Amino acid sequence: MSGGSGGTADAPRTREARLLTGAVIITAFAAILLGWSEAPDLPPAAVVTGLALAVIAIVAHLAVRGAAPHADPTLLPIAFLLNGLGLVFVRRVDMATGSDLAATQTVWTAVAVGLLCATLLFVRRIRELARLQYTFGLLTLVLLLMPLVPGLTAGIINGAQLWIDLFGMRFQPGELAKLSMVIFLAAYLERNRALLSVATQRVGPILLPAARHLAPVLVAVVLALVIMAGLRDLGSALLFFGTFVALLYVATGRLAYPVVGAAFFAAGSFLVYNLFGHVRIRVRIWLDPWADVGDTGYQLAQSLFAFGTGGVTGTGLGQGRPQDVPFSATDAIFTVIGEELGLLGATAVLLLFLVMIFRGYRIAQTAKDEFSTLLATGLTTLLAFQTFVIVGGLTRLVPLTGITLPFVSYGGSSLLSNYLIVALLLRISDDSRRSALAPVSAKPSRKAAS
Amino acid sequence: MSRQITRLALAVLVLFAALFVNLNVIALLQADDLSTHPANRRLIIQEYAIERGPIVVGEQAIARSVESGDETLRYQRTYPEGQLYAHITGYYSVLLQRSGLEQALNEELTGRPAEVLSQNLAQLLGGMDRPGNAVELTIDGRAQAAARDALDGRRGAVVAIDPTTGGVLAAYSNPTFDPNPLSSIDTADINEAWTPLQDDPDRPLLDRTIAETYAPGSAFKVVTAAAALEAGLEPGEMFPDEGVYDVPQTEANIGNFGGGRCADGDEISLSDAMAVSCNTVFARLGVDLGDDALREQAERFGFNDAPPYELGVTRSVFPDELDTPSTAQSAIGQRDVRATPMQMALLAAAISNGGQLPRPHLVANIRDPDGQTIGGPDEGLWNDPAGDGRPVSPRTADQLRSMLIDAVESGTGTSARIDGVTVGGKTGTAQTGQTPNAWFIGFAGNDVAVAVVLPDAGEDATGGQVAAPVARAVMQAALRDDG
Repeated sequence: MSGGSGGTADAPRTREARLLTGAVIITAFAAILLGWSEAPDLPPAAVVTGLALAVIAIVAHLAVRGAAPHADPTLLPIAFLLNGLGLVFVRRVDMATGSDLAATQTVWTAVAVGLLCATLLFVRRIRELARLQYTFGLLTLVLLLMPLVPGLTAGIINGAQLWIDLFGMRFQPGELAKLSMVIFLAAYLERNRALLSVATQRVGPILLPAARHLAPVLVAVVLALVIMAGLRDLGSALLFFGTFVALLYVATGRLAYPVVGAAFFAAGSFLVYNLFGHVRIRVRIWLDPWADVGDTGYQLAQSLFAFGTGGVTGTGLGQGRPQDVPFSATDAIFTVIGEELGLLGATAVLLLFLVMIFRGYRIAQTAKDEFSTLLATGLTTLLAFQTFVIVGGLTRLVPLTGITLPFVSYGGSSLLSNYLIVALLLRISDDSRRSALAPVSAKPSRKAAS
Repeated sequence: MSRQITRLALAVLVLFAALFVNLNVIALLQADDLSTHPANRRLIIQEYAIERGPIVVGEQAIARSVESGDETLRYQRTYPEGQLYAHITGYYSVLLQRSGLEQALNEELTGRPAEVLSQNLAQLLGGMDRPGNAVELTIDGRAQAAARDALDGRRGAVVAIDPTTGGVLAAYSNPTFDPNPLSSIDTADINEAWTPLQDDPDRPLLDRTIAETYAPGSAFKVVTAAAALEAGLEPGEMFPDEGVYDVPQTEANIGNFGGGRCADGDEISLSDAMAVSCNTVFARLGVDLGDDALREQAERFGFNDAPPYELGVTRSVFPDELDTPSTAQSAIGQRDVRATPMQMALLAAAISNGGQLPRPHLVANIRDPDGQTIGGPDEGLWNDPAGDGRPVSPRTADQLRSMLIDAVESGTGTSARIDGVTVGGKTGTAQTGQTPNAWFIGFAGNDVAVAVVLPDAGEDATGGQVAAPVARAVMQAALRDDG
């Protein structure tokens, strides 16, 4: 209670606390409902989930209150709600398949939120990251290559070589590579965006900047794409590429980049389609999942059956058949939500993502420097594209590639990198609001209005 | 950069809009197709979570649900006398869907309409634990068994009907099959049983009582006689007794069975011609009446139409636009006239029942799990499009009835006689190019009407020799139960 400025700083945290409470309550209710579908007693798993999430939420809230008091109040509650629903549905898959993933996922949640707190505590100025741009560039490559290193690699799983075994835990370093790549790109583009914006070459009707300005970025991306194709993680390759092009466009304001990007993408797709048998199969399944329902088309067909059976209102928690859908705890968790909560539940989850994404872009627009803007844009776009690719894949809007649904899917690496995204966005928004609030003197800040 | 970010956000919004539209299309437009797609196991799992009601004959369940011991597919169907009732019950299979009454009465047996199965609200409310309804049949177990025993492994079909109610007392088709392995929840069992059944040249899956038609031969003379009586002729009407009827417009004249004349004299009455199954008289009569009159009479008995019945019945056929030689052949049930055993049993039932064509049915009543009757038999008349449920007048029916009784007492149908019971009937031996179809249609009192066909009982077989004893055994069994 130290005057007016303290009051305004408290306001977003109070909102955040309320929203977090809501998220925990909704999760606890969902967990109880799920338990009741199995037995009429109060399910102990639901109590544990609810309590664990409540404790984690309190810790996270206190950390944000201390380390980023002015940060956006909606990001963390939305992440928690999605995470909580994810826990409930991972538990749902456990019930159906006899697996025991929910407990692990709860531990991962604690670890990921711990990482969020640590990030907020140790990264006090976002600019500190910009100085490390080449470190992050290198880190990206190292992370991507880790699954290929003998002794670390967990081998080829489900046709892709993406995992490493570290301290007995299975980890997907590519999830973090996306993040470090966005940090690198944001720093690089901030420094070179003036140069990249100036068109000095004309290729047909398109004006392009000098190749030497573009070259390092292209090298990084092509390398990433090659590694991705080598690791057979096409979904992530798509994400990298989309995020890169979007960032380039935002940094330079030149539509030529998305256009050239689309051309690159088309050429790349054609190449990849002809080079990789598994890509051809993916596309064939997408065009006609019913042709080979028993084998290659099985997952997509089962996913569509689940959505179709769920209909508008869903079968109800615990009443669907997640055991019929391959990878229902990880890639296909949205399918389980679609079946049991129906169109309404699926729409609600997508709306949560949409709100989060729009908050992210808002943070980007109000950030106090260009690096922050680019970083927030890149992180948010990563989140948006990832959600689009997996949800679109499961509903046959685009070819299905195996990537996680942020915060919801089972998977430690995915949770860690997504909470890191939230941490960075919180830090960026805290930076901008603090600087908007602090000197209420000379010029009325344009950003204060927002 | 703010403007670019707004544009980027709009692009993301468009992508998400596509997701929303697509989700709506799936959940609203494609939901029905997806939830009922054959490769979608959910419907089957829900179906098999229901304890279907039994199908009951007398006191015995001929189809019932038992716990399978499997976690996913909870119940399975068993058929204690599978082969005897196979074509009536059908099978209930995870691979082959359903057939017979299992298919036709699926909603009654599950106790809920099909739409509810694909909904989930009922399940949430605990509705899925309620067992289905019991279906009791009009079938007389002894008559059904008598049909099987009397056919004694020979290919053929038997239909017995209560002429007053239309309740089917026996419907047996041989060869038959065992629905039990087909209703297994183990797909390997199903395939192992299914493949040989499909490949079997004897076609055991075919229900010969309703799904196959045969040339009725002389049994069709009943229809020709009915047309004549309805046109005003009397049973005593005299016809020339000739060895060969010189059919107009053709060299293919019609003779009598075994050659020769039908009687000793120059003339023979319509009634006597029926008793001895005189081809020359009925061929001449058919030509005199014309194909339109024959067709109209046949249609009033139900030909060229399918009777209302729980199971699908193939149409019996009296062809259109016959020339004179064809009319002569058709009048004695040859050429392209075709009938199901069910149709011929209905013909006999109508004559026994004062000219009223009953509506055939298998269901006696449907009871919910509490024993309350929730559905009764579809008794009444078959009002086919060509008639009013009365193909012939009561007077004509009486005259025909007497003629058929004469045929059993002193004519071709003597092997159908039962001591102390008034039995009437007509034999038929249709020449189909290969072995003849041996027929008998008839009735005992007004308690049972029957049709029997043995499509290849042997080259020299006649309806009187092979079909009439089968009919007798079935009628006797049906009467014993009545008494």
